[in-house]
Amino acid sequence: MPRPLTLKDHFLEYRMFTNRAIILLVFCAMLLMVLFSRLLYLQVIEHEHYITLSEDNRVKLQAIAPNRGLIYDRNGILLAENLPSFRLQITPEQVDDMASTLEALEEIIHISDVDRSRFERLLARKPRFEAIPLRFHLDDAEVARFSVNRHRFPGVDIHAGLSRHYPLGSLGVHVLGYVGRIDEQALKELDTSNYSGTTHTGKIGIEKTYEDVLHGKVGVQHVETTAQGRVLRVLRRTPPVPGNNLYLTLDSRLQAAAEQAFGDFSGSAIALDPRTGDVLAMVSQPTYDPNPFVNGIEFDAYNALRGDEKEPLFNRALRGQYPPGSTVKPFIGLAGLEQGITGSKSTTYCPGFYTLQGSSRKYRDWKRTGHGTVDLSTSIEQSCDVYFYDLALSMGIERLHDYLAHFSFGSRTGIDIVGELPGLLPSPTWKRQRRGEPWFPGETIITGIGQGFFLATPLQLATSTAALANNGRIIRPKVVHAEQAAGSGDLLPHQLRTGEPIAIKNQHHWDEVVQSMIDVVHAPRGTARRIGEDSPYRIAGKTGTAQVFGLKQEEKYDAEAIEEKLRDHSLFIAFAPVEEPRIAIAVIVENGGSGSAVAAPIARTIMDAWLVDNPA
Amino acid sequence: MSAVTSHRREDASQRGWQYRLHLDAPLLLALIGVSGLGLMVLYSAGGEDADLLSRQLIRLAIAFATMFAVAQVSPRLLMRITPWVFAAGILLLLAVLMGGEASGGAQRWLNLYVVRFQPSEMMKLAVPMMVAWFLADARLPPNRFQLLAGGFLIAVPMLMIAKQPDLGTALLIASSGFFVLFLAGLQWRLLAFLTALAAAGAPIIWHFMHDYQRQRVLTFLSPEKDPLGTGYHIIQSKIAIGSGGLLGKGWLNGTQSQLDFLPERSTDFIFAVLGEEFGLLGVALLFTFYVIIVIRGVLIAVQAQDTYTRLLAGSLAMTFFVYVIVNTGMVTGLLPVVGLPLPMISYGGTSIVTLMAGFGILMSVQTHRKLLPT
Repeated sequence: MPRPLTLKDHFLEYRMFTNRAIILLVFCAMLLMVLFSRLLYLQVIEHEHYITLSEDNRVKLQAIAPNRGLIYDRNGILLAENLPSFRLQITPEQVDDMASTLEALEEIIHISDVDRSRFERLLARKPRFEAIPLRFHLDDAEVARFSVNRHRFPGVDIHAGLSRHYPLGSLGVHVLGYVGRIDEQALKELDTSNYSGTTHTGKIGIEKTYEDVLHGKVGVQHVETTAQGRVLRVLRRTPPVPGNNLYLTLDSRLQAAAEQAFGDFSGSAIALDPRTGDVLAMVSQPTYDPNPFVNGIEFDAYNALRGDEKEPLFNRALRGQYPPGSTVKPFIGLAGLEQGITGSKSTTYCPGFYTLQGSSRKYRDWKRTGHGTVDLSTSIEQSCDVYFYDLALSMGIERLHDYLAHFSFGSRTGIDIVGELPGLLPSPTWKRQRRGEPWFPGETIITGIGQGFFLATPLQLATSTAALANNGRIIRPKVVHAEQAAGSGDLLPHQLRTGEPIAIKNQHHWDEVVQSMIDVVHAPRGTARRIGEDSPYRIAGKTGTAQVFGLKQEEKYDAEAIEEKLRDHSLFIAFAPVEEPRIAIAVIVENGGSGSAVAAPIARTIMDAWLVDNPA
Repeated sequence: MSAVTSHRREDASQRGWQYRLHLDAPLLLALIGVSGLGLMVLYSAGGEDADLLSRQLIRLAIAFATMFAVAQVSPRLLMRITPWVFAAGILLLLAVLMGGEASGGAQRWLNLYVVRFQPSEMMKLAVPMMVAWFLADARLPPNRFQLLAGGFLIAVPMLMIAKQPDLGTALLIASSGFFVLFLAGLQWRLLAFLTALAAAGAPIIWHFMHDYQRQRVLTFLSPEKDPLGTGYHIIQSKIAIGSGGLLGKGWLNGTQSQLDFLPERSTDFIFAVLGEEFGLLGVALLFTFYVIIVIRGVLIAVQAQDTYTRLLAGSLAMTFFVYVIVNTGMVTGLLPVVGLPLPMISYGGTSIVTLMAGFGILMSVQTHRKLLPT
């Protein structure tokens, strides 16, 4: 290869090369120093910072959900428990052929399309080492079938968790309520850190009211994980604190008897112990089974409940606002006596109707032929309307309102279940504010027999009746008798909660009203004499027959038209035994007809179940 | 016996085993040291996978064998075949561009039916050899024509490789050629001019970059902006190195590495595993080996007896350093992420064989020296 001849100065080249090599080495040394100062910065100066970051990477916190507190009735019968619930799950990385595994599984366990599509959605999203649920709530037969065939399904296993269960089904559902999956709405109200491991929360009833007591405190597990989230080991563990158990005032046996007493009727009954405010039974008929709600009720089943004309989901005991009808007469009579508007001996003539002076409109008595000349006692015993039309008018709506407000009318009783409605004890102030209309005297008249605007919940009626039984002492109703700290077993009783007692001007007035209520049941002409005939204990009661249609303003005065359209609600309030009351009760039977015919016998059945089977 | 006679009587057979086997003991020992340390780190980084380790061992064995084989080739022969090697390399690169196999979005591979082969690896050696060959008989420092021609010899393969695209290798090849020119005596004024030209050309380079390459530069400038995306690599490797501290978390105990937080931990980011498990001390040990290798390489160059071997040896030693500094700079967050392995440590690749072939050349240069009469 011919090249142009050049004169090379080897020594010069060598020197230049050596110089250049030294320059490069110095340059390298500089770069190395930069690199080492960087390493010094990362590994020495900022070491603590990076150690923290590396720990944060490695250690994840896992929440451990606490076990929910159990709910018992007053006798220790279990009403809400946590049952093992079995879930079939598949760990994809341990399965060779997913399609054939699913196919084989289908032969022994029912897998719906919903299950399958949910599984496939999760399969695509979750890491392969994480178990993916295929079926929830396997029954015993399915668990058994799978266990026998387990060897055929590597990577498939059954996970046992706890699921809320209500062993008595629909019994007392309107008191207990139920839990359901935490949804977005619930998430806003809950303490997210305490609920980080929890899937369910109380939706309604006791389960919701006592959510914070029942839930307990979340536990924490420090686990070491890989970048993909696979848990390698548990580093530290703070166990969860289980929720407290609740003992209710409810007697499930009495509750069952009360629910049964309603037969096919819709309605509500509340039985209280007047001495303590204990709710012994709280019926709202019809009922429903809360168990399907726990893990998400099927759409069709829910729609069927929602669409049911009898409204089984509606809690009538707390939220049903009914015209109290004649059951308010003892209270209004007491108001008349205590305020000196009427006296024991004062009488009114009842011709079967009542008219306002200067008006031709007739306010009819339920007894077309009239009761003749009646005093207060007779008017309560026989439920004369005319007497109370007159009394209400003389008293005036203001005084009527103010006195009845001392009982539980027009305001919430303060029971420890969420969702109670306040009813409506009308007054001119209320009417002006809410309707912008003046009060008319005719409205006072019908308020005197518990119609018109007057609305009360069954719970309010029962609480007011208990106040009568208690001689004016107001005790707030309660459904939780005691809390029991899980583990220790110590019972923490819930205190008696009282309201301001009703001032008594003259004890005779009270005695007289109670006596007339005894006559309702035990006197020969009492409206509820049929339930008193064979009663082994003495009952003070009052019947009522209320018109649902009274809610509608425009037709309320037109008695003739209403009677044809409406089926009346049947009401009864009572307490017994009169000497030392142990039960106060209010019963409302929707569209049941007259109070004496339907509601009173139901009340008697309930009182028998309590007083005869539980002698003092 | 006088010193003169003893010197005269010295011949190859008496210069010891290093000359007989054409091996250089300091270089060989440092290389074995790096490989040993590398295998340890790789065993941990690979999740204690014995198969992975044995594959790397086989690769190392092949690499050392290649080194030994290349060391037997005399520099004279090497120089003679240089233009042919270079020409073959260019042809192969052309073949790759026309119909090479794509892998990971880049065309780098040529399927030779026996082995998959990256011609760009060959060019890592062929380019400095060619430029050194070109300047071998020139009167140094080179004149403008020679520099221009040298620049052309570098630019053609570099652009072909950048087109694949493989920016990391292209830059390495460019720098290996540049080192030859620099050691040959590239004028300082010209160097300053080239530097200014490069700075001015940066926006143009940016314009021709692929999106993922631009993203790497952006990520380098502020990795925290995209912590789960492109910034993740850098953030996790800094955590790994920083949490290692002075002494490290201990072999097989690096949580960042063992728990999968560190991506690419057996390949490009293996330096972070070393930093995490062996701390600053382990890093210092590795750099001791590396510095020995570079300094020994430069010493061999300085002692070389002709221009070709001198320039080639110097360039190979310096390119090795560039390898090291680019990878460690990237892993510590000093440089943008360019896909370059940590030499002798990272798992896989043909690059380890190329590297060792380069050291074979260095050893050949060292052990084929003629005895000069004093």
